[in-house]
Amino acid sequence: MSALAIVLAVAIAAAAVLIVCLPFLREPVAEDDRLDAPTEEDERRLTLAEERDRALGALKELEFDHRTGKVGDEEYRELVGPLRQSAAEALRALDRAQGDEP
Amino acid sequence: MADLGRAALVVSFGLALYALVVGGFAAHLNRRRLADSARNALVACFFSTVVASAVLASALLRHDFSFSYVAAHTNRTLPSIYALTAFWGGQEGSLLLWLLVLTGYGALAVALNRRLLRDLVAWVVPVLGGIATFFSFMLVAVASPFNVQTAPVDGAGLTPSLQNPYMVAHPPMLYLGYVGLSIPFAFAAGAMLSGRTDERWIVATRRWTLAAWTFLGFGQLLGAHWAYVEVGWGGYYAWDPVENAALMPWLAATAFLHSVMIQERKGMLKVWNMVLVALAFELSIFGTFLTRSGVVNSIHSFAQSSVGGWFLGFVVVSSVFSVALILWRLPLLQARTKLESALSREATFLYNNLLLVALCLTILWGVLFPIVTELVKGESRTIGRPYYDFFLRAFGLPLLLLMGIGPLIAWRRTSVRALARSIAWPIAAALTTGVVLIVAGAGSSRPGLIAYSFSAFVIAAIVVELVRGTRATGSLFRLIGRNRRRYGGYIVHFAIVLLAIGVAGSSAYGTNVERHLSPGQSTTVGAYHLTYEGVDPIRNDPNRTGQYAVLHVSGPWSGTLRTGNVTYTGFDETDNDVGIKTDWLRAQDLYVIADFQQRSNVVFFNVLVKPLVNLIWAAGIVFLLGAVVAMWPDAREQRRLVLRLAPARA
Repeated sequence: MSALAIVLAVAIAAAAVLIVCLPFLREPVAEDDRLDAPTEEDERRLTLAEERDRALGALKELEFDHRTGKVGDEEYRELVGPLRQSAAEALRALDRAQGDEP
Repeated sequence: MADLGRAALVVSFGLALYALVVGGFAAHLNRRRLADSARNALVACFFSTVVASAVLASALLRHDFSFSYVAAHTNRTLPSIYALTAFWGGQEGSLLLWLLVLTGYGALAVALNRRLLRDLVAWVVPVLGGIATFFSFMLVAVASPFNVQTAPVDGAGLTPSLQNPYMVAHPPMLYLGYVGLSIPFAFAAGAMLSGRTDERWIVATRRWTLAAWTFLGFGQLLGAHWAYVEVGWGGYYAWDPVENAALMPWLAATAFLHSVMIQERKGMLKVWNMVLVALAFELSIFGTFLTRSGVVNSIHSFAQSSVGGWFLGFVVVSSVFSVALILWRLPLLQARTKLESALSREATFLYNNLLLVALCLTILWGVLFPIVTELVKGESRTIGRPYYDFFLRAFGLPLLLLMGIGPLIAWRRTSVRALARSIAWPIAAALTTGVVLIVAGAGSSRPGLIAYSFSAFVIAAIVVELVRGTRATGSLFRLIGRNRRRYGGYIVHFAIVLLAIGVAGSSAYGTNVERHLSPGQSTTVGAYHLTYEGVDPIRNDPNRTGQYAVLHVSGPWSGTLRTGNVTYTGFDETDNDVGIKTDWLRAQDLYVIADFQQRSNVVFFNVLVKPLVNLIWAAGIVFLLGAVVAMWPDAREQRRLVLRLAPARA
């Protein structure tokens, strides 16, 4: 092994160790070392937000499908009511959940 | 410098192992700094792999034959660009490219998502670390590209068929696709390991999946064109096991890209999506196993060695891991909604998924059949082209039809009356096309006729959809801008139609004539008249010897065509260098293969006229365009997602 190769190999290994240790060098003592994982409350809000986006998306799709003729007037009237209702419920549920925030 | 490369790979292995073990430990124990440290290890693993790759690339360009790998895959007369492509021309270099792409992708994916999805990334790091550990272990302990020897005067050279401009781009493109499928797999596994199976992993990997799928699809088309111009048999896809190995994960990923939309819109098919992501990843590893193991005969298996057993072991272990994870998290993956109607957009996506997976699995069975018969009966039996062609028609033609029907059906449900109104124009287009083709005398091939009629149906459906959408929004650009993923998808559908027309045209309506000709003699093929003028030997080329037959062509195109036999320095085998003249107006090729007879001035010519074959290559460009439109970032969607994820970060 040539001297240059040894020097370069040691440099790579040292750089790797430095990068791996960086979080501990930057913050030798952590006040809070937990991963900021979502709490149960966060997860519930996330689920509600997904439901809200789905409901609003479905409503938007229905409007577009109606305007492009894929959904007839009669079907549109049948479908739009329940969809609006579920979108409103999802929005209310999310508002309630966000209102519960400390 | 081989020692430097070896040392860099050892460092890569150590870092990947650290990301796997410490990353898993940190995620399990909920330790932030340790998780960040494991993430940094994955990023550092990429940089040490870059160093190893630079050492190998430098040795290849310098023709440093003290590297066994360089001596085995290059020689002094090899042009620099092909010396560099020898990086992926052999076993060890290919594995290094796998690791380089994997760690590059992995480092970028975790870096981009480290703030928004910290809890998820903490579990993604050990999964990516596990995959990187396997590949770096292979490079350190089983197939090192840095083995050294006493340098010979010259090297063995690069396999002649790899000395083609397409091979500069085709293998890296396929690797970008194969390896790219590791990212959605790692995020899906991370979601299941963490127990957070909401949509965040899908949002994080949507573009990664699209990018990997695009690379894999475009890479296959490049490979098909390479086979067409280089292998010299007049075809572009032979259902070779290695070709199939790239097609199978692409089909699984295509199914996933469709079914994931149902999960996003309806919260359904969560288990199915996990299965598809795992299937696409496992098939990508299985494809590498097929290419590298030598268990199947293939013109594409340029490197064969003992790594096959290791890969098979990895496929088994990672498959068991995936199945166990899905079974463990089944309660979290239950859907809360149901399919409302069999006549809905989501139902057509489901039919499309079943057909895609059925096609994928029948191809898998065709690939496995020789291995299974070898194991069971002691003799390998190969499944031929008729098997694949039958299932391509059985599953491919309904898929083509669904591509036209799907966009015309509304989400949730559609009445038969509304559907009939929507598909009236496409049906008229399909029937008109069929009748015109029969009247024009092109009704001899039933599959060809069906493919063309269905293609007309799909094109008309896309046009109807664009016209109606433009009317509804007031502008085509606004329409596409509002839903790039959907309209990018339609462009990709159009590319698939071009592909279908090209495949049907070139295979069902082609002409093939074989003739022995002496100088001065002529033959007529279709509208072309060819006269063999004489031989033109290769002169002053240190890398190649051989000769070309010179033909004068008249007809739709007039000029000179050269086709010959070439032998590359260091290799005994002779390759066909085919003569191709493209008529862009008709999208057809005049394709001539010459076979020189020993001790005779008579040359055997195989002349093919391949109508519409160039639509296949044009499809590649359209496919890329569609994929770029679908991947293009949408600021409104990004804002919406950040808002949705905000509570999870709070």
